[in-house]
Amino acid sequence: MIDFDEVHAEDVSHHFGRRRALSRVTFTARRGSILGLLGPNGAGKSTMLALLATLMRPSQGRIAYGDHHDRTDSAPIRARIGVLGHDLFLYPELTPFENLAFFAGLYGLHAPAAVASAALERAGLQDRSSDPVSSLSRGMRQRVALERALIQDPRLVLLDEPFTGLDDRSAAALTGRLVDLRARGAIVIVATHDLDLAEGLLNEALFLRDGRVVERRANPEGLRAVYRSIMARPQPNAAGQP
Amino acid sequence: MFMRTVWLIVRKDLTVEVRSREIAYTTLFFAVSCVLVFAFALVREGVPPQGASAAVLWIAILFAGNLALGRTFERERQSETLRALLLAPASRPAVYTGKLVGLVMLMSAAEVFLVPLIAFLFQEPLLRHPFRLATIVVAGTTGFAAVGTLFAAMLVRTRSRDMLLPLLLYTITVPVIIAGVGGTSSLLQAEVNDDVVRFWTVLLVCFDVVFVTIALWTFDAVMAEQ
Repeated sequence: MIDFDEVHAEDVSHHFGRRRALSRVTFTARRGSILGLLGPNGAGKSTMLALLATLMRPSQGRIAYGDHHDRTDSAPIRARIGVLGHDLFLYPELTPFENLAFFAGLYGLHAPAAVASAALERAGLQDRSSDPVSSLSRGMRQRVALERALIQDPRLVLLDEPFTGLDDRSAAALTGRLVDLRARGAIVIVATHDLDLAEGLLNEALFLRDGRVVERRANPEGLRAVYRSIMARPQPNAAGQP
Repeated sequence: MFMRTVWLIVRKDLTVEVRSREIAYTTLFFAVSCVLVFAFALVREGVPPQGASAAVLWIAILFAGNLALGRTFERERQSETLRALLLAPASRPAVYTGKLVGLVMLMSAAEVFLVPLIAFLFQEPLLRHPFRLATIVVAGTTGFAAVGTLFAAMLVRTRSRDMLLPLLLYTITVPVIIAGVGGTSSLLQAEVNDDVVRFWTVLLVCFDVVFVTIALWTFDAVMAEQ
């Protein structure tokens, strides 16, 4: 099994046909840190996560996972990545246990049933383990989806708008889980525009606008005020000039 | 790991289907309706046209199979679970094979009801050579599903998938359907010519080998998001 201490995106650009989704994005995310990708809708956050997840390849630039590259080590890299998307990636007809056991098996884990039971315990959903996922509340489904994303103990955790539709209790539980992942040495990258929940959580914030990085801040504070001032700036043109 | 992934996906697809019974009911209902329409249109005064049952069987398989294909991948699209499958380190050809095997099993289950129904309505000895017929039907279904699984997966994120899938699928699987009709018709003759039956069966198996090989080869590239 491969491992890595950092993920480095270098000059990454991506186009969908003639539309530019990302333009020359460069950053490094390290072990034991949470990186936030912040920006309005259409800024390129989800595209960046899809590239990091190896679901797409950049039109230009490269992404390195430590010494590894997704063009040569695609499957072993995917084994070390956990993704929680905007959609939950769960089969609604199956129970939480069946979903988790299925994905544990797909990741080649030994004793998928035991792994699924342990994951359900972490999610606090043992008593709902045999109900179909479709009968669970949004918060419960999100907890199952998070356990699915983390089932193989990934080094890189990618979360796309993870706080959407969660009540305060579920959002606080998710925040706690992210802090725990950071403490255990995971590289966590969160794309969100929920700045209040991201406040105090991020080690680094990357502000994206129209596919470009317009600002980066280490240990950012007062995220909403920073975000407003950045987004109020005049739009840079193609050459990067204001 | 390849066979394990195939087994996991087949088991998952069948469990989902047993819970929802969505594909089973829709394909069976559609196929039976199709057969009944043909029976009412073609059977005159209780006398069916000779050899029509082979064509009716394969038309029902073609239409019902298209319906099943669309639903199988629509399910994976609804919760973006197809993305989850592609994010796993599992071999993508194994993912394809799992989807294909699951689909062939679902279609075969519908065919188990269809064949006796057609034999009864068209009064033809379809079940006179059950093993030979099963070989031809399973081989034809596999060829059809092999192309269909690839295209359905490829078109899953396309808005016009409902229009494009039958268009592409019917065009490419015409040889499979012709061979299926040819093989089934040859079993309905009063004196079955073994060489003719063997020819159509081998032809269907050749189509299967070609289609499955091309699909396994291209599935990884086809599933890469643009």
